[in-house]
Amino acid sequence: MFEAILLTVITASTPLVIAALGELVTERAGVLNLGVEGMMIMGAVCAFATAQLTGSPYLGILGGILGGGLFSLLFGFLTLTLVANQVATGLALTILGLGLSGQIGESFVGQSGIKLQPIAIPFLSQLPLVGRVLFAQDLTFYLSIALVIGISWFLFKSRAGLKVRAIGDNHGSAHALGIHVIRTRYLAVLFGGACAGLAGAQLSLVYTPQWVENMSAGRGWIALALVVFASWRPWRVLAGGYLFGAVTIGQLHAQAFGLGVPSQLLSALPYAATIVVLIIISHNRRTTLINTPASLGKPFVPER
Amino acid sequence: MKKLIIALAASAALLGGFSTGAQAQEKKKVCFIYVGSKTDGGWTQAHDIGRQELQKTLGDKIETPYLENVPEGPDAERAIERMARSGCAMIFTTSFGFMDATVKVAAKFPDVKFEHATGFKAAPNLATYNSRFYEGRYIQGQIAAKMSKKGLAGYIASFPIPEVVMGINAFELGAKSINPNFKLKVVWANTWFDPGKEADAAKALIDQGVDILTQHTDTTAPMQVAAERGIPAFGQASDMIAAGPKTQLTAIVDTWGAYYIKRTQALLDGTWKSEQIWDGLKDGILTMAPYTNMPDDVKAMAEETEAKIKSGELHPFTGPINKQDGSPWLKAGEKPEDGVLLGMNFYVEGVDDKLPQ
Repeated sequence: MFEAILLTVITASTPLVIAALGELVTERAGVLNLGVEGMMIMGAVCAFATAQLTGSPYLGILGGILGGGLFSLLFGFLTLTLVANQVATGLALTILGLGLSGQIGESFVGQSGIKLQPIAIPFLSQLPLVGRVLFAQDLTFYLSIALVIGISWFLFKSRAGLKVRAIGDNHGSAHALGIHVIRTRYLAVLFGGACAGLAGAQLSLVYTPQWVENMSAGRGWIALALVVFASWRPWRVLAGGYLFGAVTIGQLHAQAFGLGVPSQLLSALPYAATIVVLIIISHNRRTTLINTPASLGKPFVPER
Repeated sequence: MKKLIIALAASAALLGGFSTGAQAQEKKKVCFIYVGSKTDGGWTQAHDIGRQELQKTLGDKIETPYLENVPEGPDAERAIERMARSGCAMIFTTSFGFMDATVKVAAKFPDVKFEHATGFKAAPNLATYNSRFYEGRYIQGQIAAKMSKKGLAGYIASFPIPEVVMGINAFELGAKSINPNFKLKVVWANTWFDPGKEADAAKALIDQGVDILTQHTDTTAPMQVAAERGIPAFGQASDMIAAGPKTQLTAIVDTWGAYYIKRTQALLDGTWKSEQIWDGLKDGILTMAPYTNMPDDVKAMAEETEAKIKSGELHPFTGPINKQDGSPWLKAGEKPEDGVLLGMNFYVEGVDDKLPQ
């Protein structure tokens, strides 16, 4: 039973972690994209459609990544090239994504999807306790862990990552140093969109292998909040995402077990618990300030 | 997006109405307001199928424009009013949350007929209509008691409103009529629509040992989980057999079409009256999806119960019935008033859950 609960928690947390990691990179480059929900749902519908049409869930995953990524370029063009307001554009992206995905997916409603099957890693998956939970998962889980490690290394250990952070903190100075602000931000937005698309693909190919309109049901917004509460640190995003997933599943079990706690209170618990814990781990205001990208959300127009 | 297009079409129709005002209007407009998308696979889809049947039957006399994804609240009032201004002769507002908005708009347009689904506020030009979903849930409970080896079912509920509580009680009463010790575990998802969360609730219930599943939420995600874990389940609002060909035992299917045709015909004949209608299996406003994946004797029992409910011989809420704490509610042979059912805020004996208040 414990193993079954852990497996459910992993499925519930993975899309949050992946989408939040993508947004983290976007925001580290100083761009606030509130369109995560829209990019996620676009990823979900593109992934489902691709998998249904080709018969391959792996091409579906690719379709999701492409769908979310291409959709984010629309945001990039509006905010980076045309210097539109990022908050308004992000919100519009979400609304557009929800509507557009409904149109694209109309003929796929009610079809049973193809589930992305787990890949058991030989030997490791036979380990007691953790083996089946950690090493017999589907591709999206492995990717989520790889993303945490990769992004941590990239942002804090690589030269390119340093440039990304420099742009996020002070795009004027970065520009003066000869760093390509707009080009880098385009890449960061694209990466964020691709991750949101992958998270959406997880929803329609792993979590619940089907397509229904609005199936992301607010997960993009939770991912956005996770980034802020995790104070823009990849490992904290992982911790926050899993805590949220664990409390969500835990409260459902508490209800099924019949503990007699009001269900409305239990439903609010994941939000409350995640906020409290992430505030505690990032309570040091100085480190929080250091981690907050100072140019976040500010438009950049290069001087000529 | 779609909403916008339809809104534009509605405005265009409005302008068109002015310019051709001199001509006699040939086709009456019977309009629909939906809370969700017409392809949601559940509640709204069932209403839209009803609208399509209406269009097919009376299409030579009427048009049936509709607005999708109308949020409950102030937007609803604007949407309904826009419909009324565009020349609709009758407007069906198909969600409980449209109640107050419908009442307000109905007061402003006394010549337009309004029909509100599942509400309780009426007016001379505002009728209400609802379906006795609990009749289907009673049958499901009986099937569950026959099919469950452990005598323990899982129930994924949406919000603690009387409609949902009534359904849980009817299911438990049906089950207990077969197995007096039958227990029911309830998980409140606190949403009508979130496939992920509904699937999680299904997994939690199955991990806690239930061997049969039913739902009062709108997506097919719980059915999918049940299929994956190999336990039987019941569908909700629409036939969900496609999501679980070897899993679904039956489903409560909302069939609004006959009602929409009847009321529109009354409008055309000039016999429309404001009524408060609460129809059930016998009127065909609700039907049971084919009884599948069960032995013949269980199927025969379900069909017999369905026939008895239709003939009026059996009322699912017939005493003696005790409340959850064991205190008596109905005496032997006693049946509750409809008003009591529509305000139900307590569980009957055997439900293993504390009702959120």
